[in-house]
This record gives sequence, structure tokens and C-alpha cells, in this order.
Amino acid sequence: MEWRDHGILLNVRRHGESSAIIDVFTESHGRHAGVVRGGASRKIAPVLQPGAQLDLAWRARLEDHIGTFQVEPVRSRAAAALGSRLALAGLNAVVALTLFCLPEREVHGALYTRTEQLLDLLGQDELWPLAYLRWEQALLEDMGYGLDLSSCAVTGVREGLAYVSPKTGRAVSTGGAGEWASRLLPLPEVMLGQGDASANEIAQGFDLTGFFLRQKLAAELVHKPLPEARDRFVALANRLAQA
Amino acid sequence: MSSNRDIDALIDMMAKLPGLGPRSARRAVLHLIRKRALLLTPLADLMQTVAATARECVTCGNVGTSDTCDICASPKRATGELCVVEDVADLWAMERSGVFKGRYHVLGGTLSALDAVGPEELRIPKLISRVTDESITEVILALNATVDGQTTAHYIADQLGADLRVTSLAQGVPIGGELDYLDDGTISAALRARKQV
Repeated sequence: MEWRDHGILLNVRRHGESSAIIDVFTESHGRHAGVVRGGASRKIAPVLQPGAQLDLAWRARLEDHIGTFQVEPVRSRAAAALGSRLALAGLNAVVALTLFCLPEREVHGALYTRTEQLLDLLGQDELWPLAYLRWEQALLEDMGYGLDLSSCAVTGVREGLAYVSPKTGRAVSTGGAGEWASRLLPLPEVMLGQGDASANEIAQGFDLTGFFLRQKLAAELVHKPLPEARDRFVALANRLAQA
Repeated sequence: MSSNRDIDALIDMMAKLPGLGPRSARRAVLHLIRKRALLLTPLADLMQTVAATARECVTCGNVGTSDTCDICASPKRATGELCVVEDVADLWAMERSGVFKGRYHVLGGTLSALDAVGPEELRIPKLISRVTDESITEVILALNATVDGQTTAHYIADQLGADLRVTSLAQGVPIGGELDYLDDGTISAALRARKQV
């Protein structure tokens, strides 16, 4: 068995004295693990940093074996990530959430493309919080908990959408909410691709995606608490936006 | 294969050491047996002594033979500078350079969301109390230039607050390094940290 693909490095664990087991997110093979012979060496350490874009050749005798990777660096994102506090926290959040949510060897091509685009923006701190919010929306959608913000779940109207139902993830208009408004989650305009994407709106967006990540995805699908890295990134992004 | 069970057990133990496999452990044991008086007996005595006396410094986390290591005990090292390192091996590497004259603080690892290593698992609360107790004026974060290392550095800087001078090691071209052989991340970091000649 063998294949070749591009992928994003998610995690590296030492395996024995000289090898490493890496987790990568690839376009055509999903999240995939494999052994890198000599992966613990100092020569390859700069290449095997989380977020790195790699050219991967995987080989194993049988398909369900862990197999071995031959890796070639395509581009490193370490310098961009290590150069900015927000970028570093963002990279940690993306890597932690990807590892947390995605099952191994399940293809998520659209999410892969979004992830690659997001990571290519590392270091552009003014763009990152909004791009990350959009990525979390895409992640929820890919995992089957997508928010349906196309029309009001009660009245069917497409204007005046102001809330999201915590049960269904569907948008609700101000008129449709009525006396239930206090039980619904506020829907910031930025989630609809409208408005000026202010820091406050993005923070509200993080609250909304955070709710579904925590209450639905983590609780119902993964059965583990959400990684702290996500909360650390959101807290930092909000703090920097206020400063 | 040796016919003696004790020697086999010694080979098995030696093979667990970093850098040694079963074959090299066998070679090392055979060498020790052949040089019994010169190597084996003194080594066994020293290992027994170290096993009885080696302990972690209660202040910095360095390994020594008393509760407080030589660096923490020396009044000459009370310069107000505190160098934070990930591991004892890093502390020893810094000491080998002979450049830093202050004291150290060994964290015992780095924060890692994926491996569930939080601040409580490291010696970060102890670091914060040391900064106050020892009138530290500068904390130098000598942590690895990895995602986990730098995440830990930012976390510590946040915890220590803005009033204290917190610095970190520079990143760039190593001594003897040739640009052609450097990865693009290192080149980017070096270019960003360029200085006037």
C-alpha cells in the first residue's frame, strides 16, 4: 500500500530513540498517522513543526498498518507562528481542534482546503480572528453540526435574522423569536457575512461557535471537553482586540 | 549471548539507556568486565553513591547531591537575573557556555494542549513565587524554538506581568551554519531579527 499527498503536520510524538510518529491532515486521505524514520533527529526537527506543509509519501504492507512516511518540506509556517503571540495561539487552536474533531482516515477535502488557507494567513494578525471564525463555522459544518443561517426557522424570512436556536443551530429572526428571544443565542451580523466585522461581533461569533463546539460536538460526538487551546486563543484574540 | 543471568540482566539494563541498543550494551558490558578494576568497580561505587545522594534542588529543579544545588547556594549568582529552561539538560548546556552568571529555573517540560500538560504540571507557580521572593529584575526565557516552547514562553510572560523585564533567546543562524542548509523557518526568523553591522 502506498500513496502520495500534501498535508499539514498536526502533531509529532517521539517513537523510540530516533523515530517519530506524526499526525497529518491531508486532502485525499484525511487525518493520518505514520512513523517517520529518523524523525527525532536534529536535522529534521525544524521540518516537523506543527503547521508545516509537507509532501508526504506513505507506505505500509497492509492498509490498516500505521505505515511509514517519507516527508519533504513544502513550506514552513514556524517562523510566522513563532513571530506572533496571536499566530502561535491560533495555530495551537487549529491543530488541537483538528486532532480533537477529525477521526483518522476520513476524508474532509473541503475542510482541508479551508485549513490550509487559514494557516497561510498566519502572521497577519488583523485578518486572523475573522478567518478563524469562518474556519470554525466550516469545521462545525463538516462535522455535521453546521449552522443553518439561510432563513428564519419560524417564519422562513431571510431578513432580520438575529438569533440562533441552541437546539437546531438554525437562524431565527427578531419577529420569529418573540418571547423566546432570551433563550436563543445572539447571532452577530459577521456570521451572515454582513456588517463591519468589529471585534465585538467577532467575539460574539466565537461565543456562538464555541457553544456548538462545546455543547454539541464535544459533548455528543467526541465525549471529551473541548481543548483548552481554543479557549486560550479566543481569550487572547478578544484581549488584543480590546487593547 | 552470555551464559550468566546477572550479566544478561546488566546488558538488558544498559540497553535501556539512551543511545544504547542491545548490541552496543553487550559491547559496553563486555568492556566493563574486561576492565573490572579500572572501570567496573569504580563505576559501580559511583552509581551507588549517586543513587543515594542525587536529588532535585528544591529551589530551581536542577539535579545535585544536596537539597539546594551549588548554583542556588552561591551568593555570586544572585544577580537578579533568572534563566528559565525546560529541562535539566538545557540548564547544563547553558552552564557549559559559561556566559550566564545568574540563577536558573527548570520547568520540567512545556505546556502542551495535546498531551494535557498544564501550568500545574510544570513548575510555573514556583517560578512566580521566586520572582517575588528573590527580587528578580529580569527573567530570560531560554525555551526551545518550537511551538510548545514558545507557547509556554508567552504563557509565562503573561503570568509574570508587564512590570518585570522578560526576555527570550534570539532565533537565527547558528555558529558555523551555512544558509544553503538552513530551513526556511530559521532563515525567516534570522532575517526578522537582523541587526546593523
